[in-house]
Amino acid sequence: MLEPLLRIDNLTKRFGSLAANDGLSLDVLPGEVHAVIGPNGAGKTTLISQLFGELAPDAGSIVFAGRDIGPLATAERVRIGLARSFQVTELLPDYSAVDNVALAVQARIGHSFRFWANARADPLLREQALQALRRVGLEDRGDVAVSEMSHGEQKQLELAIALAAKPRLLLLDEPMAGLGTTESAATVALLESLKGATTILLVEHDMDAVFALADRVSVLANGRCIATGAAADVRSDPAARQAYLGEGSA
Amino acid sequence: MLQADGAIAAKAFKRTGALRAAGIVALACGALALPFAATAIGDPALISLATRIVIYAIAAASLNLILGYGGLVSFGHAAYFGVGAYAVGILYFHFHEAAPFLGFIPGTNRLLIAVPVAVATSAIFALVLGALSLRTAGLQFIMITLAFAQMVFFLFVSLKYYGGDDGLIVRRRDVLLDFDMADDTTFYFVCLAVAAAYFFVFWRVVESRFGLVLGGIRQNERRLAAIGISTYRYKLVAFVIAGAGAGLAGALMANFAKFVSPDLLHWSQSGDLMIMVILGGSATLFGPLIGAGMLIGLETVLTGWTEHWQAVLGPLLILVALFTRGGVVSLFTAPGGASHA
Repeated sequence: MLEPLLRIDNLTKRFGSLAANDGLSLDVLPGEVHAVIGPNGAGKTTLISQLFGELAPDAGSIVFAGRDIGPLATAERVRIGLARSFQVTELLPDYSAVDNVALAVQARIGHSFRFWANARADPLLREQALQALRRVGLEDRGDVAVSEMSHGEQKQLELAIALAAKPRLLLLDEPMAGLGTTESAATVALLESLKGATTILLVEHDMDAVFALADRVSVLANGRCIATGAAADVRSDPAARQAYLGEGSA
Repeated sequence: MLQADGAIAAKAFKRTGALRAAGIVALACGALALPFAATAIGDPALISLATRIVIYAIAAASLNLILGYGGLVSFGHAAYFGVGAYAVGILYFHFHEAAPFLGFIPGTNRLLIAVPVAVATSAIFALVLGALSLRTAGLQFIMITLAFAQMVFFLFVSLKYYGGDDGLIVRRRDVLLDFDMADDTTFYFVCLAVAAAYFFVFWRVVESRFGLVLGGIRQNERRLAAIGISTYRYKLVAFVIAGAGAGLAGALMANFAKFVSPDLLHWSQSGDLMIMVILGGSATLFGPLIGAGMLIGLETVLTGWTEHWQAVLGPLLILVALFTRGGVVSLFTAPGGASHA
């Protein structure tokens, strides 16, 4: 039995009287793509925000690579190998695409208390940033300011930034949301190419993408994990079907 | 189509670069020729005016680092300007009285000692006040920087030994090598050289890895945390660098005016520095210089017409805010060049 890379135990987060996560437990094995699905309001984004340290849980524990990361701030979690993409993009709009990625490379390779050399002329940063842009198909758009990019391009840039961090665990919050069919297919192909090399926790509404990519699927409903298993098993699980799959066209 | 966009952007970028190089050369020539032109047209007061602009350009640029690049709206920048000025004044006072500061630090009238001491003192003030202020954000940050600056203001008001409200006279400018510092033209060139060095260093800093992080902090702190950058330390270092720059300008101001008083730390001075940054163009290298030139120039011209000169300045500021995106400097740069400026 593999030791999980991420173990979430009894995670609880309340907003007033609403429990967004209510004793949620699940684990992610090294190398797997673990999809988390569930209807709107099931607590998926709340889960990711707690894993990433942007929301403090009311109860429960998060163990990453054998370490309780509960007390760590977001930036510290990133430095030990977490990365996330945002459902609603969080980018640096005045900077070019390549600047956005290069900054992530710069942050990964050490502190940024360097005051003299021109960072935009640093071949190490530029080359790695361009590589990440190439992987998401944005290599021709590197010099374009983010504020002038389309929504789809910005979503792909989110992915490039996350990849540039070379994470051990990638938290993806609806990477396909708002993408056209071509962009969506390209993203699925990209994530497929990451399989095995990067462990991924994928929150996604696009069921075709989920079942194409996921090794295991967890179904969330009312803040709890009601089923976890291989994609095919979950597809036939009656509780899961009732909670979620029945709604959609999957 | 995509390629074409890229080519246009590259062309605009090159054009901006060429424009900027031409602008710098023109600026340098103008600045160097100014004292001779002023003497030739029989208006030597222009030299003093230009000196003030150069000094305030340094102060405004230092504020621009945190306000423009970092997006940290500090409303207390005059504190560091004033502390730098007082450092020069107090060192000169103890030199003149031949009584050491705190009983063991001798005074000095040497610019090469007084200026670094002023810069360091302002940096230390900025470190302490910044470490506290930067725990807040947004409106609270504006108010707390203002509050701390007012505390420093009243501290100097209460120092009767150094003149309190009345301030402190610096009888002679600090000495630098064998230069005749009493000569306004010589002093102008000293300030100009300091400003040129300052702007060169500033340019390196904002293009460096540190500078890119700082610009990122302005745009989206959540994104920076998400790539593993703890922003607090970077903001604090920027705050200290900005404070040090203001201290440098203050030290020159004390020498220029041969007088320091709490007026230098008044909150309206902080406001003037903000106006210079916003008027000229925040987060641009030369915006604060243009802003300083405009504000001081307008003040000089308009006070010649009416004592209510601010009634004219106000509408002008509104026009700039409404019709230029990013200050007066944006009129000279190609669209799309702003993100590279």
